[in-house]
Amino acid sequence: MSQSMTFRASIVSILILLVFLGAWWGATLPTQVDLGDMDPEYAKMMGLDTVQESDIPTPGDIGSAIWTHLSDPFYVAGSNDMGIGIQLAYSLWRVLAGFALAALVAVPLGFLIGMSPLMRKALDPYIQVMKPISPLAWMPLALYIIQDASISSIFVIFICSIWPMLVNTAYGVAAVRDDWLAVAKTLEVGPLRKAFKVILPAAAPTILTGMRISMGIAWLVIVAAEMLVGGTGIGYFIWNEWNNLDLANVIFAILLIGVVGMILDLIFGLLGKVVSYKEV
Amino acid sequence: MSAFDNPFDPNKSLHRGCTCGKHASQADHNAALAASPNPTDEEAALNRAVESSVMRSLFPEDRTRRNFLKAVGVSTAMAAVSTFFPMAAAKAVAADPVGPLEKKKLKVGFIPITCATPIIMAHPMGFYEREGLDVEVVKTAGWALIRDNVANGQLDASHMLSPMPISASLGIGARQQDTYVATIQNINGQAITMHNKHKENRDPSNWKGMTFGIPYDHSMHNLLLRYYLAEHGVDPDKDVKLKVIAPPEMVANLKAGNIDGFLGPEPFNQRAVYEGAGFIHVLSKDLWDGHPCCAFGATKSFVEENPNTFSALFRAIASATVYAHKKENRPEIIDAIAPANYLNQPKIVLDQVMTGRYADGLGNIIEEPERADFDPFPWESMGVWILTQMKRWGYIKEDIDYADIAEDIFRATDARKRLAEMGLPVPEVNSKKHTIMGKVFDPTTPQAYLESFEIGRS
Repeated sequence: MSQSMTFRASIVSILILLVFLGAWWGATLPTQVDLGDMDPEYAKMMGLDTVQESDIPTPGDIGSAIWTHLSDPFYVAGSNDMGIGIQLAYSLWRVLAGFALAALVAVPLGFLIGMSPLMRKALDPYIQVMKPISPLAWMPLALYIIQDASISSIFVIFICSIWPMLVNTAYGVAAVRDDWLAVAKTLEVGPLRKAFKVILPAAAPTILTGMRISMGIAWLVIVAAEMLVGGTGIGYFIWNEWNNLDLANVIFAILLIGVVGMILDLIFGLLGKVVSYKEV
Repeated sequence: MSAFDNPFDPNKSLHRGCTCGKHASQADHNAALAASPNPTDEEAALNRAVESSVMRSLFPEDRTRRNFLKAVGVSTAMAAVSTFFPMAAAKAVAADPVGPLEKKKLKVGFIPITCATPIIMAHPMGFYEREGLDVEVVKTAGWALIRDNVANGQLDASHMLSPMPISASLGIGARQQDTYVATIQNINGQAITMHNKHKENRDPSNWKGMTFGIPYDHSMHNLLLRYYLAEHGVDPDKDVKLKVIAPPEMVANLKAGNIDGFLGPEPFNQRAVYEGAGFIHVLSKDLWDGHPCCAFGATKSFVEENPNTFSALFRAIASATVYAHKKENRPEIIDAIAPANYLNQPKIVLDQVMTGRYADGLGNIIEEPERADFDPFPWESMGVWILTQMKRWGYIKEDIDYADIAEDIFRATDARKRLAEMGLPVPEVNSKKHTIMGKVFDPTTPQAYLESFEIGRS
């Protein structure tokens, strides 16, 4: 039953795709333009032709953009023109660096908040104020203080990744079942051992959920940050193509960002599965 | 007498000032000099410069030199001089940089617009390399980032808008940091582009209530647009809205109708026409023929810590600017700057900008060879004009000494020295009068000029 469901769902998915591509293709068909008695040189200068291509790239344009970029992803033709693979690597490196730093701060701090009601109350106002700040709002300040564009974007990833991890860790730690803590107490387990052997495994699924949310946000933010800062990265790639108003490349990059984001999310989903367990 | 003239020619004078005797005035002399082709082989030019100075020191009296040459003949004279002066060695010394380069690996920023042409093309065409520099030209996302990256030293030197070194030096809208204009990158080369819906509304006095895009507050674009609007009775602060928009976004914003027009850098004016979004209302050349737009600048501390490196960088960019000035080099330049690494623009658009034969979006093909041009000399009077306008619109509030600030920031004297060393023609003075929208601007009376405007904040 479920197998046939999956099968039927994929048929529908493919149908939706085909309808979408068909509509797209139809909407972007080249049109015949009557240039009247326009001077041919003027028409050429204006980018006009009797067969006028659509402003919006066709599915074929996107296909060829995908092929061009993926067939040679690691070329370097100067510091401002590098293959998509290299751009992607820069972005991923920034995201992972910022994310790792955030985890280093958020998980221990979350533990502290989760275990100590006093600290939770004391830190709560700060978290409440900092959490809703848009990550990019930090960018000008970061650029001014850090004075390094690349580190600034890592900082922005750091500051946006920290909150979901912090809040989830704190919640996970605070929600560890009382009886488990009671058992630990009866067995006279030391505080460190209690943290690593009892609380961490119990809170791990929640912590990973926090990380998954953080990673999602970080990937959203890096693109915007790189568009602002320029230099390298997938966000910069879009900015660069936007400079040239090359929408086919922009759409290709958007698709790629979606795919990479999905893969990152899948990885954290799998990690979440590894650390969670069924209670019997 | 130009440094390129043959000092062994008995009919030439070697002394400075127009003493060549061929021209009625120095201005005529300069005009004739500008019209005559510059030596294409720079080595030859350098050799001539060395020979000239040797001859000048041997014969302080020009008459003596002429008589000597007439008496013994050119080749004998050359041989005679060479026996007691090592001419070949002197030429070799002059061809070498003055001293070792303090820093060879440099980062130079640019914004992908045609104004940056000299900075950019010096890279693919090897002008930096020839000076022994390993320069990475860094495409940067916006002017604010250029400002920050220059201030914090991530960029050693950079493409800047000519008012930016002034605002940085005065600490207006930027971290205070003494910054120099080393050369002007380009003159002319901007335009006011309007949305197609305003084709029938070409009179700026009817433009109240419109929204315009400018690339940056401290830009020639902003100052020129404000000037233009005010000349037509439109107060740029009260009657219209000026929005800071990155140049690449101007075309899309125009297309979407978010702005009614923009005064922006090329190639985006031409790109707007090419995209069918707007038409070119007026070229900035028609507002102020020969106006500066972008500059090549560096912080004072960089220049002082790396004098030889900076000289080499200056030479690379100044020779690129002179190279870009020549019309016959334009096709080669377009090929060099069009790729994704640099401007990332269709060639046909760049071609229309750089050759000045372009479609205006109103159905006409216009021929304007001076549409975009390049001239490295940083006139101090340009700095004074920028200061008057920054004061006019309230960016500068306090009283200032215009000439002093302009002299400090626009390094005209340094530029003259370096350009002359390279054997390039240079003006005799640092300041001149400019005609801007039909009105003569005298740099010696900035305050009176400022007070002559009806619309302004001061």
